Amino acid sequence: MTRTVPRPVAPQAPAVPAAGLRATARIVARAGHGGTSRSNGAESGGGTSRLPVLEGGGPFALRRVQSHADQARVCLVGAMSAPLGGDRLRIEATAEAGASLRITAAAATVALPGRTGELATYDVHLTVGDGARLEWLPEPLISAEGSDLRMTTTIDLAPTARLVFREEQILGRSGEHTGALRSRLTVRQAGRVLLDQETAYGPGAPGWDTSAVLGGHRAVGQFLVAGPEFTDRPAEVRLLGGAAGDGAAQGVLAPLAGPAALATVVAPDGLSLRRLLDQAAAG
Amino acid sequence: MSERSERAIQRCALSECEAERSVGAPPVEDWGSVGMSRAALLVLADGRFPAGGHAHSGGAEPAVAAGHIKDAATLETFCRGRLHTAGLVAAGLAAAAAAGLDPLLLDDAADARTPVPALRQVARRLGRQMMRAARATWPSAALDALAAARPRGAHQPVVLGLAARSAGLTPLDAAYAVAYENISGPATAVVRLLSLDPFDATAVLARLTDDLEQVAEQATEAAHRAVTEGLGALPAASAPLLDIAAEAHAAWPVRLFAS
Repeated sequence: MTRTVPRPVAPQAPAVPAAGLRATARIVARAGHGGTSRSNGAESGGGTSRLPVLEGGGPFALRRVQSHADQARVCLVGAMSAPLGGDRLRIEATAEAGASLRITAAAATVALPGRTGELATYDVHLTVGDGARLEWLPEPLISAEGSDLRMTTTIDLAPTARLVFREEQILGRSGEHTGALRSRLTVRQAGRVLLDQETAYGPGAPGWDTSAVLGGHRAVGQFLVAGPEFTDRPAEVRLLGGAAGDGAAQGVLAPLAGPAALATVVAPDGLSLRRLLDQAAAG
Repeated sequence: MSERSERAIQRCALSECEAERSVGAPPVEDWGSVGMSRAALLVLADGRFPAGGHAHSGGAEPAVAAGHIKDAATLETFCRGRLHTAGLVAAGLAAAAAAGLDPLLLDDAADARTPVPALRQVARRLGRQMMRAARATWPSAALDALAAARPRGAHQPVVLGLAARSAGLTPLDAAYAVAYENISGPATAVVRLLSLDPFDATAVLARLTDDLEQVAEQATEAAHRAVTEGLGALPAASAPLLDIAAEAHAAWPVRLFAS
């Protein structure tokens, strides 16, 4: 949709035989000076988190943006159209103990068909240390007709880590059918699995376009907040949006079995999806 | 039919699926046919097995209220979606429990795959009722241990899988029982909710048998992989509307079914 820079042919080493692209972006945030020196309070006091590792690559251009209080901020900018079929993309982001990091994106990511019909993979791995906070707030993933993408998101949280995570999937660009989109989200906290979910939409995913799963909606998203404050005070269940059956966006915010709250929303389009997810986030 | 020829047919059918999925997982046919007591499966999967399932619609009541289920055709669509998501997850947990994986870890895995509290509570309530019925029917030390460790109830598919194991059934048998119950519950409920002709409701179930076989085999294959790869290999298919509707339904002041 918005990644207009033409895909350069020469500079990318064609590492895989299928002519797909292999790229990994790495981001590490470290607590600012004074933040980690105290034995008891990794998150106390210190300055703005630093970014000792900020490596883009392939379609990922990483831009450091204006920090906010102690929070380092990074924006993902699409440098080329990706993922295409055959691509192998990966992002690894870590907020070390006591650090604060927010990652956003400049535009939506569009999964497109490749030349060979091979599927693309896109793996995101987030690690959040004790007393650290990571906000992962990208723009939606749009599954274009004919594309085939397998996405995994794996999140490892230390016992006192805080996470704010948003995921939005749009099934097909305007007026087209969706591609095949399979996505697994696994969140571990202190080694225990807090949330394990797989979504499978589009061609080859039986039952996805039914009243038990999406009920005709073409946008689906989640907003997850995790942190030790939920241990003693679990979130209260809150219904979001319109009544069932009227075709409007609807969702629910509910506590997980562990210290986290998850909002799940289905909507006719990306705009109403975001509106409801924002409502969930506003608390 | 001899057990040998039955196996050959199973293997044949499986190799076709394997080719399509190209997972490279170990074959599961042996898990499906070493069972000592296939007849126990009829007892376990019987709708009259006293495990409390009749009080639950499996999300059909809110789907009827929302106008999603109006007749046999829309019931079939709903059941197909439920079977390939919630049904697959439950069947995987049951197959893994029947295969002897740690039921307490499976109970945690079930929690991680159930993001709304209404459905976690329902699964545990049904698990407790299943536990009472199973301990009376096929008593075993494993069932006693799980009952002691989860006095308020473990997730129902885990209990059912362990009951299947106590009854000498296979992981594939357990997966079939859970997958079938996953759609027979809503179908029976819709007969009451819509006064749908019971013949039509049963015909819906019959039309879903291919899907049912696919789900049971997929679940068993995943349980087989979970033995070596860990519980992350178990299915985790999500159904957003079932989750959302379950919480909305739990807040209704008056309802015919508990879920």
